[in-house]
Amino acid sequence: MDFNFSDEQQLLADTVQRFVRDNYSFEARRAILQGKGGWSRDMWQEIAGLGLTAINVPEEHGGLGNGPVETMLVMNALGEGLVVEPFLAAAVIAPVFLTRIGDKAAAEQLLPNIASGERIVILAHQEPQTRGEIDHVATRAEKSSGGYVLDGLKNVIIGGGAADELLISARTSGRTGDTDGISVFRVDPKAAGVTLKDYGTIDGLRAADIELKKVTVPASALVGAEGKAFAAIEAAYDHALSALCAEAVGIMKAVNATTLDYTKNRKQFGQPIAKFQVLQHRMADMFLHSEQAKSMSYLAAIKCVDPEAGERRRALSAAKVIVGQAGRFVGQQAVQLHGGMGMTEELMVSHYFKRLTAIELTLGDADFHTQQFIATGAN
Amino acid sequence: MDLNFTPAELAFRDEVRQFLRDRLPQDIAQRVKNGLALRAEDYTRWQKILFQRGWGAPGWPKQFGGPGWGPVEMHIYDEEAAAAGAPRTIPFGLKMVAPVIMAFGSPAQQQRFLPGILNGEVWWCQGYSEPGAGSDLASLKTRAERQGDHYIVNGQKTWNTLGQYADWIFCLVRTDPNAPKQQQGISFLLIDMKTPGITVRPIITMDGAHEVNEVWFENVKVPVENRIGEENKGWTYAKFLLGHERTNIAGVGASKRELGRLKAIARKETKNGRPLLEDLLFAARVAQVEMELMALEITNLRALSAESEKRAPGPEASILKIKGTEIQQALTELMMYAVGPYALPFERGSIEEGDLTSVAGPDYAAPLAATYCNVRKVTIYGGSNEIQRNIISQMILGL
Repeated sequence: MDFNFSDEQQLLADTVQRFVRDNYSFEARRAILQGKGGWSRDMWQEIAGLGLTAINVPEEHGGLGNGPVETMLVMNALGEGLVVEPFLAAAVIAPVFLTRIGDKAAAEQLLPNIASGERIVILAHQEPQTRGEIDHVATRAEKSSGGYVLDGLKNVIIGGGAADELLISARTSGRTGDTDGISVFRVDPKAAGVTLKDYGTIDGLRAADIELKKVTVPASALVGAEGKAFAAIEAAYDHALSALCAEAVGIMKAVNATTLDYTKNRKQFGQPIAKFQVLQHRMADMFLHSEQAKSMSYLAAIKCVDPEAGERRRALSAAKVIVGQAGRFVGQQAVQLHGGMGMTEELMVSHYFKRLTAIELTLGDADFHTQQFIATGAN
Repeated sequence: MDLNFTPAELAFRDEVRQFLRDRLPQDIAQRVKNGLALRAEDYTRWQKILFQRGWGAPGWPKQFGGPGWGPVEMHIYDEEAAAAGAPRTIPFGLKMVAPVIMAFGSPAQQQRFLPGILNGEVWWCQGYSEPGAGSDLASLKTRAERQGDHYIVNGQKTWNTLGQYADWIFCLVRTDPNAPKQQQGISFLLIDMKTPGITVRPIITMDGAHEVNEVWFENVKVPVENRIGEENKGWTYAKFLLGHERTNIAGVGASKRELGRLKAIARKETKNGRPLLEDLLFAARVAQVEMELMALEITNLRALSAESEKRAPGPEASILKIKGTEIQQALTELMMYAVGPYALPFERGSIEEGDLTSVAGPDYAAPLAATYCNVRKVTIYGGSNEIQRNIISQMILGL
């Protein structure tokens, strides 16, 4: 049992924290949000320059071959800065999927460019009825002469509009909820029949609904074996769950610090409002929630690669529930304790609150994961 | 970062398991696992068995007869003992007064008092709280006046746990009522419960149990040699003691065992012909507690890991106390809800005797409401959870 990080891991954490502090101030972030496209390709290159886009790429494909613990440390720091560039989608989900799917050609062509930050590849998997059930794929890929024809709708794909290339999941056989029969195809976002609607989300990120109408792709667009993509998608999403928990933990740390600071400085009735016991106990509870969330984020990072599926699901779902509930409490109370100022765009706290809210709605909410936890046979 | 135990730690765990299989009396384990009252004799019988094995005092240093375990071994022992249904450690001797005697007592006091605590021969109780001094402990009024080689003690202690069995009591008493700060006039005395002038009066709690007492002192003569450390320095020793009370405060092992009992009950109980545990609303409430317990286990391990590296187990213990007790209460509450109306029949005698045949309803239901009532105490004692929040805000948040 050891809760320490290696020197390399600590160095990575320090580096990202410093980067975020120096480059992602409130004003810098606002400028990015108001700039073209709502995110910054230059910032992406800077993130890549630190090697962060390479951490989930194996060394043989030009990456660093790190794992979920390194991802956790990076997400902690990106969370503190509310970085809006699509790190989770482009530097966690996509490379983990491509590493796991076992397609040599796709790995060789895509992973080095993902590691270097030159190409943004986005896995477009979620559909309107998914709601956390990642075996839910209604999009269909019908075989045609020399290739496939894709039809369906992918929704709220974070970073979808930033994609240089899309990886689209579609059903080549079976029924909507089957794990078998799901395939993934490389699709050019500008291909005929692809309609990509890019929009902003409440938390300042960008997402896209991607409609596929008779999109023709060659047989070579298939990534991995036909109908066998589920395990790799699941692995990517398991990493993403852990990463998302870590992001929330980073945000909560920052929220608690900013709330503490605000209540120490804000004076009412002739004294700092932090002197009032009712607020002290609220902040004690916020701290307690964030510590419990941090514990579960550690557990998620360790267990997201556990080969035993039941153990993995159980830990990840429990983590998402505890982190989600903590994020909801901490976020809501932080706004409350900031009073009217918590309502405004002018302070970071409202932005933290919105991202925590979005995280709870991403990759399955607390209700969904409670049911998953029960279904793992823990009872 | 690695959440697994080392091979050496796993081997130790096996050794503990084997010992518990071989030596834990099954009649005691059955009482613990079924939520029935333990008798004083059960606690001392188990303590003597542990003593024979050399495990009488897991937290003590080797020089005083401890096994020399580190925090991780102690955690493993606590977990395994709880899972097997071993009695909880009665803390007053082993975990409270003993560390104070080791740190501040004279060699003569150490030789006189520690062996009896270790071997289970001497039962200790605590004389801290008073009717007017609860969370605000330093406002205590029990007086000890020096007369030659003795103190004459007068006053009243309350919430004294299991003092009806005790041979000795450790007490905070006021030796200087004129000290500028009330913390400065307090001394720490060890008092033989057989001394004339001591009266123990039961307080019956709402579950019908006789677990706590009032202890009255009327001109009780206590030799000065029974004072720990210096006169009027008792508050320092008292605070040191409270720090030690907080080891294993999370109670993760016992809560895991109780979670298992909750599930077993909810599998036997039915709703619409199906096991209650398959009812989604009920299952979700059980799952919520289970997930919080998973988080607490890691939080506890993080604290232990910091302790292993000699970083003090500081105010973080307050998190463990708050969350651990909230979980204990949630578990007893869910068990009670699980059996529904059969939680209501109540016979204190049957719970004490361990024979539930006369109580209406299934045996497992008989003690649940009483336990639910009893466990309301856990968020009140040991520094109420509100006091713990004060500690977090002062010591961690710097407010």
